[in-house]
Amino acid sequence: MDLVTPQLGLLVWPALSFLLLLVVLRKFAWKPILESVNERDQQIRQALDTAKEAKEAMVRLQADNDKLMAEARAERDLMLAEAKKTRNLIVAEAKSKAEEEGKRLLDLARQDIANDRKAAMTEVRNLVANLSVDVAEKLLRKELEKSDSQQAYLRQQLDELHIPSN
Amino acid sequence: MQLTVPVTLAIRCSLFLVTLLSVVLSSAALFANPSASGPTTQNGTHEVATEAKEHSTDKSHSDGSGEFDASKVILHHIADSHDWHLYDHRDEKGHIHPISIPLPVILWCGGQWHFMMSSAFEHGHAQPQSGSLTFQLDEHGHIKEVSGLPVMDLSITKNVASMLLSVVLLLSIFISAARSYSRSSNRMPSGLARFLEPIILFIRDDIARPNIGEKRYARYLPYLLTAFFFIWINNLLGLLPTGANLTGNIAVSMVLAVFTFLITNFSGNKHYWSHIFFPHVPKWLYPIMVPVEVVGIFSKPIALTIRLFANITAGHIIILSLISLIFIFKTLAMAPVSIAFVLFMECLEILVAALQAYVFTLLSALFIGLATAEPEHVAHDAH
Repeated sequence: MDLVTPQLGLLVWPALSFLLLLVVLRKFAWKPILESVNERDQQIRQALDTAKEAKEAMVRLQADNDKLMAEARAERDLMLAEAKKTRNLIVAEAKSKAEEEGKRLLDLARQDIANDRKAAMTEVRNLVANLSVDVAEKLLRKELEKSDSQQAYLRQQLDELHIPSN
Repeated sequence: MQLTVPVTLAIRCSLFLVTLLSVVLSSAALFANPSASGPTTQNGTHEVATEAKEHSTDKSHSDGSGEFDASKVILHHIADSHDWHLYDHRDEKGHIHPISIPLPVILWCGGQWHFMMSSAFEHGHAQPQSGSLTFQLDEHGHIKEVSGLPVMDLSITKNVASMLLSVVLLLSIFISAARSYSRSSNRMPSGLARFLEPIILFIRDDIARPNIGEKRYARYLPYLLTAFFFIWINNLLGLLPTGANLTGNIAVSMVLAVFTFLITNFSGNKHYWSHIFFPHVPKWLYPIMVPVEVVGIFSKPIALTIRLFANITAGHIIILSLISLIFIFKTLAMAPVSIAFVLFMECLEILVAALQAYVFTLLSALFIGLATAEPEHVAHDAH
């Protein structure tokens, strides 16, 4: 029966000790430990939140960068295309201008040549005419040395004139 | 809460095992006694048996029959005593001298306090005088006044001394643990606190929070933590050689259960009391139901008391029974078997030490939770 009969001393001392333990540990152990744990939990939660925000910001920045890059690339492509177009335009223009100029120069040359030929022909014609006149003069002079021939010639000339005989 | 199902199962199984083993072994130890009283063999093991015999008779201070009485030895070892017995020394003449640490004896008798050291009793051989009164130890080791005056014994017994040691241990461990937090800049624990923090958080997150509820648990957490560590460390101290069987003492487990009882009933809300005195049953059932509910108030702490007391005491009884087998069979060949079983039981007891602390804390939290729950929560839990 000794086993299940509580003794007075073992009721009083444990009760007092436990109460003391409860009061002291609550103030000097449980409170600081639990507060520290809570504080740390909060710090960890904050750190995690911050990290998450930073990650989101990074993603946002990355997206912005990508967008900017894409925009820049598009702009570059556009500029290149425009430059190419402009170049083609300039080349084409220059080509047509050159062609035109060439044609004009050709025309001018052709005209010059034509003019020169005309002048040359005229000169030749004049020369031939003068020569012919000279030859004819010489022939005529030789022909008309005789009087009858002069006469005949006059007559012929007169005949040719068809002067009415009135 | 999902964690508690396997844990409860494990508790049940281990409880069953421990109870079964304790019943079998203690009955074996108790009934083996008559068989041991046969003719004493004059062989090499005789000395061992004699030593054990004298050891036991010395403790009981009663009969000089000279036979090994396992139940007496075991009951002596799990009981409290006024001095802290370490071992027995035998001089050349074969006399046994118990070597023990004397502890203070504090008595209230005849209207005044009496202080002395337990060594004054000389293990029951002396009757010290204090004032006009003379005291003596009876056969159970209790202090009596010779003329029969009632004695109020508030001595620092072995159990009390062991408990005070545990209090000092607990205070130094946890206050230094708390300091380690404030020392570190980022509130990180160091040293022992690193080991203790998961346990503290386990009690907070898996015992207090789910059972008492998010709103009120913080109020009861210091009690639950203190109870858990107090029981745990005293269970472990009790497992040490020459250790005191503090938590296996019914008075101590009763004190702890009374704390839970007081906290539960003082924090019981309107719903808790209405559930006891006006349960949701037809009126004509009240004469049955109300007494049942009232008994329920008291059966909870009684169950707490007996569970802790019985589990720890049973463990001690098993270990002592196994050791006693050596002296009962009077052969050294039994020693390896006993030691193997004792080793196994010690391992189990280390588990039980933590388990019983956990069970006590869990049930305290559960009772507090039931007493403080809001009606809708209770209704929710019931289904």
